[in-house]
Amino acid sequence: MHGSPEIPLSFTLNGRTVEVAVDPSARLLDLLRYDLGMTGTKEGCGEGECGACTVWLDGLPADSCLVPAFQVEGREIRTIESVDPDRVRELRSAGATQCGACTPGVVMSALWILENPALLDTHTIRELMAGNLCRCTGYDGIVEGIEAAMNGRPGKTDRAGRVP
Amino acid sequence: MRSVRPTGLGQALELLGERPADAPLIPLAGGTDLLVHWPIRPDARDREYLDVTALGELRGVRWSDEALELGALASYWDVIGDRRANEELPILVAAARQVGAIQIQSRGTWAGNIVNGSPAADGVPVLMACDAVVVLASRQGTRALPLDHYYTGYREGARRHDELVVAIRIPRAARPLQRFVKVGPRRAQAIAKVGLAVTRSAAGWRVVAASVAPTVRRCTSVEHLIDENGAPNAPEDLDAALRADVAPIDDIRSTATYRMRVLARVLFDAVRDETERSG
Repeated sequence: MHGSPEIPLSFTLNGRTVEVAVDPSARLLDLLRYDLGMTGTKEGCGEGECGACTVWLDGLPADSCLVPAFQVEGREIRTIESVDPDRVRELRSAGATQCGACTPGVVMSALWILENPALLDTHTIRELMAGNLCRCTGYDGIVEGIEAAMNGRPGKTDRAGRVP
Repeated sequence: MRSVRPTGLGQALELLGERPADAPLIPLAGGTDLLVHWPIRPDARDREYLDVTALGELRGVRWSDEALELGALASYWDVIGDRRANEELPILVAAARQVGAIQIQSRGTWAGNIVNGSPAADGVPVLMACDAVVVLASRQGTRALPLDHYYTGYREGARRHDELVVAIRIPRAARPLQRFVKVGPRRAQAIAKVGLAVTRSAAGWRVVAASVAPTVRRCTSVEHLIDENGAPNAPEDLDAALRADVAPIDDIRSTATYRMRVLARVLFDAVRDETERSG
């Protein structure tokens, strides 16, 4: 792994073209945090379980700890830094955040649901959020916040909603 | 880590074929298994990889009159979002929805699930229960191998080092029963303690079990038993046939005793429900 030449990359990050040379062993998470200084995306478990490092890759949520950085050549990445705080204010008012470690990932998954409401024809909010673990405040507030943001008002939770 | 990123299938097969068997290029797609705990895995980081994600030929979910063909880059999410798959092969969708969550479903590929070779795979049992065929390409040409003949041992398959899985072909057939059962520690984001895929078609029953043998295993003794005798009267009636088909072990996720007992019960439920429904 040492001494391998860096790989030149060109991709779109939050709407802007980025050109950078990366370590061949770097993960997308490393590229964002350490090469580009965009520390909004967090590392939690490093094994694709907790979702704290969730970003959008070509419009779909992905764990950036499991993406080799060189694979983002030509692709579109969207991170927490692109999110308008007003868009997710219901998550705050619903008490969906506490220590904040999971929050950037939660917001990226929540925003995906908000921007693709047809997902709820086939999935519950809980199933769509199953890849984001929170160990402080629990999930009811997160689900309520997403429902409120979708409806523009506080909604009933899908507490009865179960992932299959 | 070193990697090469060919942009055409021909080039990819040349690169694979140029290597000796003891220093192969390792195909890499979604990376959802490979990159787990990546910074502390120097052995995996020292290998050399063939990144297949730029191979447009391998994309897509394609339907013909005879088969559903999943390109080797088809992800779980691609199948979850495919209307015809939901109608005709709901067992694939059911399994895909239980692979991790969206962050994994968007990246993980069905072909990667096969080649990775985990005995606890979720995608492999449902593909095997639908008589899937693995399409392998090399510089020498293409061959098609039934998935239930693919595995040769724990995490070992029939793919030669110079071959690439390019597609998975699932023959179309009326399969009135399709059931996938995953027993894990929780409903989402779990690795199976026991997995089961059952289908029934004109060709008979297909019973495939996961996490109960060194590989995902087609249970042909069980299939013969219920093809000939119909539904058993109790889960215990399946024990002898199951013991001929699977060999669970104790490990970090479960015990052999638990796995055998639970497998017999979920299988009994699936077969009984179906025979009652179809009379």
